[in-house]
Amino acid sequence: MSGGAEFFNEMREPDGSVRSAYSNYCQWYDGQDPKLLRRKHSEAETNFRKTGITFNVYGEDEAEERLIPFDMVPRIIDAAEWRRLSRGIEQRVSALNAFMHDLYHRQEIVRAGRLPQRLLRNNEAWLSNMVGFTPPGGVYTHITGIDLVRTGPDEFYVLEDNARTPSGVSYMLENRETMMAMFPELFLRCQVESVSDYPRRLAKSLAACAPSCAGDKPVVAVLTPGIYNSAYFEHAFLADQMGAELVEGSDLRVIDGRVAMRTTSGYKAVDVIYRRVDDEFLDPLTFNPDSVLGVPGIMDVYRAGGITIANAPGTGVCDDKAIYSFMPEIVEFYTGEKPLLPNVQTWRCADEDSLKYVLDNLAELVVKEVHGSGGYGMLVGPAATKKEVEEFRAKIVANPSNYIAQPTLSLSTCPIFTKKGLAPRHVDLRPFVLMSPDKIDITPGGLTRVALKEGSLVVNSSQGGGTKDTWVLKD
Amino acid sequence: MLGRTANGLFWMFRYLERAENTARLLDAGLRMALTRDLVTAEEEWRSVIATSGQRQAYEAKHASYTGMQAWNFLLRETGNPASILSMFGLVRQNARLSRNAISGELWEAINENWLMIDEQLAKPVGENRVLETVATIRRAGTLARGALQGSMLREEGYHFALTGMFVERADAIARILDIKYYLLLPSLSYVGSSLDTGQWDTVLRSVSGDRAYRWLNAAQVDARSICEFLILDDRFPRSLAFCHSELRANLAALARIHGSEGQSNALMRDADMRLTNLSIDEIFDQGLHEFLLDFTSSNAAIGNAIAADYRFLS
Repeated sequence: MSGGAEFFNEMREPDGSVRSAYSNYCQWYDGQDPKLLRRKHSEAETNFRKTGITFNVYGEDEAEERLIPFDMVPRIIDAAEWRRLSRGIEQRVSALNAFMHDLYHRQEIVRAGRLPQRLLRNNEAWLSNMVGFTPPGGVYTHITGIDLVRTGPDEFYVLEDNARTPSGVSYMLENRETMMAMFPELFLRCQVESVSDYPRRLAKSLAACAPSCAGDKPVVAVLTPGIYNSAYFEHAFLADQMGAELVEGSDLRVIDGRVAMRTTSGYKAVDVIYRRVDDEFLDPLTFNPDSVLGVPGIMDVYRAGGITIANAPGTGVCDDKAIYSFMPEIVEFYTGEKPLLPNVQTWRCADEDSLKYVLDNLAELVVKEVHGSGGYGMLVGPAATKKEVEEFRAKIVANPSNYIAQPTLSLSTCPIFTKKGLAPRHVDLRPFVLMSPDKIDITPGGLTRVALKEGSLVVNSSQGGGTKDTWVLKD
Repeated sequence: MLGRTANGLFWMFRYLERAENTARLLDAGLRMALTRDLVTAEEEWRSVIATSGQRQAYEAKHASYTGMQAWNFLLRETGNPASILSMFGLVRQNARLSRNAISGELWEAINENWLMIDEQLAKPVGENRVLETVATIRRAGTLARGALQGSMLREEGYHFALTGMFVERADAIARILDIKYYLLLPSLSYVGSSLDTGQWDTVLRSVSGDRAYRWLNAAQVDARSICEFLILDDRFPRSLAFCHSELRANLAALARIHGSEGQSNALMRDADMRLTNLSIDEIFDQGLHEFLLDFTSSNAAIGNAIAADYRFLS
């Protein structure tokens, strides 16, 4: 791919002048000594190591801790842009939540002929245990991460919806902390919306979803698979910041119809569980009988109204890429409005016409597995070799309904700091959205992921991506 | 607080104390070896390894005692389950487990030190680096204790950390004394010999008590006075009496926080009575080895009772 002009550069106009959102930053940057900035850059990494902000990578024998590279040039969004985005995000999340409720009740959307029944029947994330049950407060999607990409001045698209267990919020918070520690003067010069109260808002939002049996101060706990999980740092970080207990399955048991945790003074009931354990491991009695990560009997307690599980089991349906392709219909069906944030054009290989188009144009498309995540199991046509394209073609032909295809997007770029100065790289954005019975709360900013390799469009941390601090400017 | 978290804090400080004790022992060995010729140095390293309680593991891997082999064994060798490197790995793992029950300051003290120690011990440690490495390890312990004192809420977590530390310290001192008295000398005829005196000096140094002892006892280096100092003198922070009075205070604080006493408090009271009413003469009459055996097992029983009282594991 040739870089440069064909991609939307978030910092600079095509004529090279600086866009208004970045003007204060660039003024500051031009006054900096590059040598000093290089030193700060390596200090930032040391700082992340010291604080232990790492993710685990599963190797052959044992998990190894790695850092996600941090780039110190912020990604900046102005207030008006953010207002537009948040309206679109709010609309999308409320539609997703309404969709979940409908899906596990009357399935009006299927009856109305707007969504094929087979998409639900064949969906791995669909849970029959959830049918006819409404979680406390009617909230399914307590925490959602909506992945956005930008292609032009006013062109944002939703690339993915993450309602299963979206991760990365600790990086949003620590990236800001690091930036403020490194360049305090920048924050005097630029008026940036704060993100630091996310944990407090999360605690409040979760408490507002507590079941009716909870007291005035609901007990919230974060359920982690344990210290070897790739996101353990984030689990511990959030529990710490929320003032909640960080529990493992072995700390919990069902006692007298409640889920209780083993404390130093006996078992104590938990009202809300923010679980970072997948559905299938939640309850060995209901799902995977070999799971040691979950709590035997928790689903019975849940269905009897004794606990809130966030996100609700079965919300993984929202992450499905075949469902994604129907999001415009889903948004319209539940909100009665046209979607404010468009989907990326998507061909479902399950449809014969689409399949033909995809196979004819494979070298230009991005093809993804319907249930895949993390950038695995996908084909980026323009970046793939002939052999890779042909191998993928065979996979698609063998099981067309397992794949969707999208055009290769011209992702916007943002500058990163390199030895030779600023250089544009492709970025995406994951804002984090909290939902409680009476409110949808979007933290201004989110996690910007950046493909550090020149020309690369893959931003996943497992494949050479890094992160940036994301600024939403105040009015 | 979760029982599992309390367990994490308890063991985090036990392992930290254990690593630090090994470092102190190593420090003593190094100082002695510096002042002796190679042959006696071999004797010194034999007794350092024996005092660490790892003689069997060492001799399974090495046929001879040289300084380089001995200190690398204690510092980093994979065949040594109690190596400082593996202890620090466990300290950090327990700190991660208890991450939301410890202050950021304490976590960073542990994590930073682990990164440093992990790097320094990545390769075998040569003569030019060994003193510096041991100093780093001892500083790590000091820093973590300082962070604990200076930044942790005086809640149950703080007391679990300290109970772990003092259970371990008491155990280590008793073990060092017992090994010295029971195992090190080739035969009784060596009592009072230069070998004997040298070993007592190592014992004092290995609990960093040589200066304090001399300050209190002038030039008198005999087994009885040294034992009295290490067992009964509660002014010295690495004596059994001191460990027990700290342990008692922290267990009492836990009982206060929880509103009731447990088995650990009862066992503590019994152990206290036995220790406070004893004189060094009575201990020697009874037999030092028997006394130490009894002490170690009651100390271990207190440790187990803490785990049961506060639901560490179930």
